[in-house]
Amino acid sequence: MSAERKRVYAWEFPVRLTHWVNVVCILTLSVTGYYIGNPFIHAISSREYIMGWMRFVHFVAAYAFVCSVIIRFYWAFVGNRYARWGALIPHTSRQWKDLFGAIKFYLFLSRKPPYAVGHTAFAGLVYIIIFILYIWQIISGFALYSLSDHTWASGILGGWLTGVMHLQTIRLYHHLVMYVILAFAIAHIYIGWYLDSKERNGIMGSIFGGYKFVTGKEWE
Amino acid sequence: MGRGAFHDDSGGETVYETLRNRGLTRRDFLTFCTMMAATLALPASFAPRIAEALEKKKKPTVVWLEFQDCAGNTEALLRASAPTVKELVLDILNVEYHETIMAAAGHQAEKSLEDVVKNLKGQYITIVEGSIPLKDGGVYCCVGGRAAIDIVKEVCSGALATIAVGTCAAYGGIPAAAPNPTGAVGVSDAIPGLKVVNLPGCPVNVENITATIVHFLTFGSLPSLDKLGRPLFAYGKRIHDNCERRAHFDAGQFVRQWGDEGHRQGWCLYEMGCKGPETFKNCPRIKYNEGTSWPVGAGHGCIGCAEPAFWDKMAPFYRRLPQPPGFGVEKTADKVGAGLAAVTGAAIVAHGIGRVIAGGKKEKTEE
Repeated sequence: MSAERKRVYAWEFPVRLTHWVNVVCILTLSVTGYYIGNPFIHAISSREYIMGWMRFVHFVAAYAFVCSVIIRFYWAFVGNRYARWGALIPHTSRQWKDLFGAIKFYLFLSRKPPYAVGHTAFAGLVYIIIFILYIWQIISGFALYSLSDHTWASGILGGWLTGVMHLQTIRLYHHLVMYVILAFAIAHIYIGWYLDSKERNGIMGSIFGGYKFVTGKEWE
Repeated sequence: MGRGAFHDDSGGETVYETLRNRGLTRRDFLTFCTMMAATLALPASFAPRIAEALEKKKKPTVVWLEFQDCAGNTEALLRASAPTVKELVLDILNVEYHETIMAAAGHQAEKSLEDVVKNLKGQYITIVEGSIPLKDGGVYCCVGGRAAIDIVKEVCSGALATIAVGTCAAYGGIPAAAPNPTGAVGVSDAIPGLKVVNLPGCPVNVENITATIVHFLTFGSLPSLDKLGRPLFAYGKRIHDNCERRAHFDAGQFVRQWGDEGHRQGWCLYEMGCKGPETFKNCPRIKYNEGTSWPVGAGHGCIGCAEPAFWDKMAPFYRRLPQPPGFGVEKTADKVGAGLAAVTGAAIVAHGIGRVIAGGKKEKTEE
């Protein structure tokens, strides 16, 4: 491992910002959302307002999450090559090769870890799926919110879904997808940490500062 | 809709005359008009307008059809306990045909229906109770040798207005629950294109039937409906948002077990699977049995009986969330989620151990 490493600015500020806003929002939304579905804290006196606050925090975090997703969506059109749709959606032969290489690596069929300056093809595909799940959570969440909030915003963001799906079905999948996103977050942190320790390319630090350290061979 | 259909030009009793002949005072009559204004979510200033309409207009002729039902809506109609309202409900309508309460039977009974359809075309109101089976040519529900679908098509097409009372007539209800062996549907699905006022509920609140007809008599039109054909005055608001126990929900005070301290204190039934947050109806306002009580008031959660497909979709009635598809009935959403997290954790541990072993091997071979 003697190849010279280059310092590359991979993650621009909006990418890092939306990443951390998402982290805070997902944790907040999961805790408050779980409480709303299964109120595990019980008020002793009627003067308390636990469910009221949980719902308020959930709704505020939901709006913050929507804004974050919109910014990231926009940045996928105007950001650098690592932030764009092209880096996320596998469409080149190199990405497909990389994708199957990564799957082989994670299934212990290969010793070559996936490696890229930006997202690996495997990570890009997973993020696209997660992004779709985010959009589902937003639409289904606002569909449920529209029952008590009769504004145009919640109507557009999800109110229309109540005419398509039964409310209880919306509620069930809004709840279940939370677990899928949390499972993703656990795997996401583990894989980041694992690749960091394996490749020593500063991948874990890069989401704070934006820079990764790469050897020449990753350049296309 | 013919505005003047009930106008009393040709003799016959008006609603008010009937009530007066039955011994009601003018005060009782005005009380009823004010109550109707309140049920219709109109300001009290509309009560005189309702009174005027009821004084002048002829009693509407009504035929009440029953198909796949339990007569629960009929029971709700008849069990109005306070005598004034019972009389009001029965006397305001000129019920020409109603299998359960009419004296005539057999061919005589069927003849009275035929007479209405023939002689009062476009002037009577049809109330339908119960779902209509469509499978196998509709053989699963026949009245007087005719399939329900044939009767409902003929009677409703000549009616001034059709009101579907109860969840079965509105959406198919319990007969339409999976696997729906008879192919049961509600009136609006049985006759596509027919304008139907849906008054779902199991049973319907009688006040909502009366208010719908009073609206029709007063304004000459049906009340404004939502996209499911339900009048907004009765189905525009969620039960949860008008619930008498709502303050306990916001505070975080929940019943956790039947008969526990919270249950005795009248706390929120959310954790016991109350479906008030997904059900639209005015139950908390008008209640049942002359405003005596309603399910949540009596300490039992709402089961969402007024919503489409409630038997399939609102179940289990005592849990917040439905069962995830493809799992055993004892699995709840949380168990599935916990299982998913456990699988993820296990995969990571296995992967980590696998890599440590593989990494060790690799280093050895490199040496």
